[in-house]
Amino acid sequence: MLPTPDTSHVPFNTVYEPAEDSYLFLDTLSSPAESAWLATRFATTPAPLITEVGCGSGVVLGFATANAQSIFGRRDVLAIGTDVNLHACLATRETVQRAVQTQQKEEATSQQETTTSLYLDSLTADLCRPLRPGSVDVLLFNPPYVPTPDLPPIPSNDQTYGPSKPSFETESYLLSLTYAGGADGMETTNRLLELVPDVLADHGVAYVLLCAQNKPAQVRESILAWPGEWQAEIVGRSGMQAGWEKLVILRIWRST
Amino acid sequence: MKVLTANFITCAIKDCKASPKSFPLHFQNAELELQELEFQPDFLRHILPRIDWDSLRVTANELGFPSIPETKPEGEELNNEELLRNLHQLLLETQVMEGKLVCDNCGHEYMIKEGIANFLLPSHLV
Repeated sequence: MLPTPDTSHVPFNTVYEPAEDSYLFLDTLSSPAESAWLATRFATTPAPLITEVGCGSGVVLGFATANAQSIFGRRDVLAIGTDVNLHACLATRETVQRAVQTQQKEEATSQQETTTSLYLDSLTADLCRPLRPGSVDVLLFNPPYVPTPDLPPIPSNDQTYGPSKPSFETESYLLSLTYAGGADGMETTNRLLELVPDVLADHGVAYVLLCAQNKPAQVRESILAWPGEWQAEIVGRSGMQAGWEKLVILRIWRST
Repeated sequence: MKVLTANFITCAIKDCKASPKSFPLHFQNAELELQELEFQPDFLRHILPRIDWDSLRVTANELGFPSIPETKPEGEELNNEELLRNLHQLLLETQVMEGKLVCDNCGHEYMIKEGIANFLLPSHLV
């Protein structure tokens, strides 16, 4: 078992607290089959850029960055997190930096080669909009996937979510953004999927978490129909509900 | 925000992406801070291939860094420790704490506060 990053500093009144979906991400990325696939995929590339969209507490990004040697077979990944919520951006900075430092201390005591993987930045942004086309090697997305009658408005910079103490309304709004997915729970995920072909590097890969109500089989079919040689496969599963997995993780990549 | 990150980002407005003027974004009123990081030459050698060199030169110039080489270091130059140390400082240790990033195509300004850039758009552009 690889260590789970410490998130004791994260303000869970405005930031999503790591839950079953977050842990499914950790288990999936570190499973022997997935790690082997990733290590092969990134065996000879320049330092990979790992981007978590909607990074929240930063637990997934911190895990992937600090344990890069076990997951990607290399110690030189670069990490960027994006989130619409400044509190999440600040939390992620702390989580990823701490996780990498903890890993480096561990390596120093056991006299292993040191991890150089580096947290670059958190960006306050909608999805991955400010990232350059073709720049992301590994995209991670644990979306707001719960079906809801309405979708909360996409945050704009007209409001500020600064470090000052948020009002109760602001707290409720920010937390609603972490789970409310609108129709089929897919409205935000669909917006992200539209950006994937553009933002991923040629050899890039995206991991997107879906729940049963998101209709994962249909989502997979629609990706296979994208122009170009796109592949999609379920590589992580958790919880059974009426014979179906409650949560799955879909791996999306070009078969080049 | 690290200088290396500026090499990976562009204007968040969809219509700007197709324009070469939207990259790199331009720093204005940047307040810099040096945050020390252990020098790892191999790490840097694995980062350099993915850097858009012309844009990095623009950024370095805007931040008042002494001139960096006209072309991306290759081959033997990658063993030049002084050169690598300079790039290490520029790319990984230099943090833009306050200031803004401006798109040359649409003129939109993205604020940087406490080292974090805000790419949320005004509601009429969302």
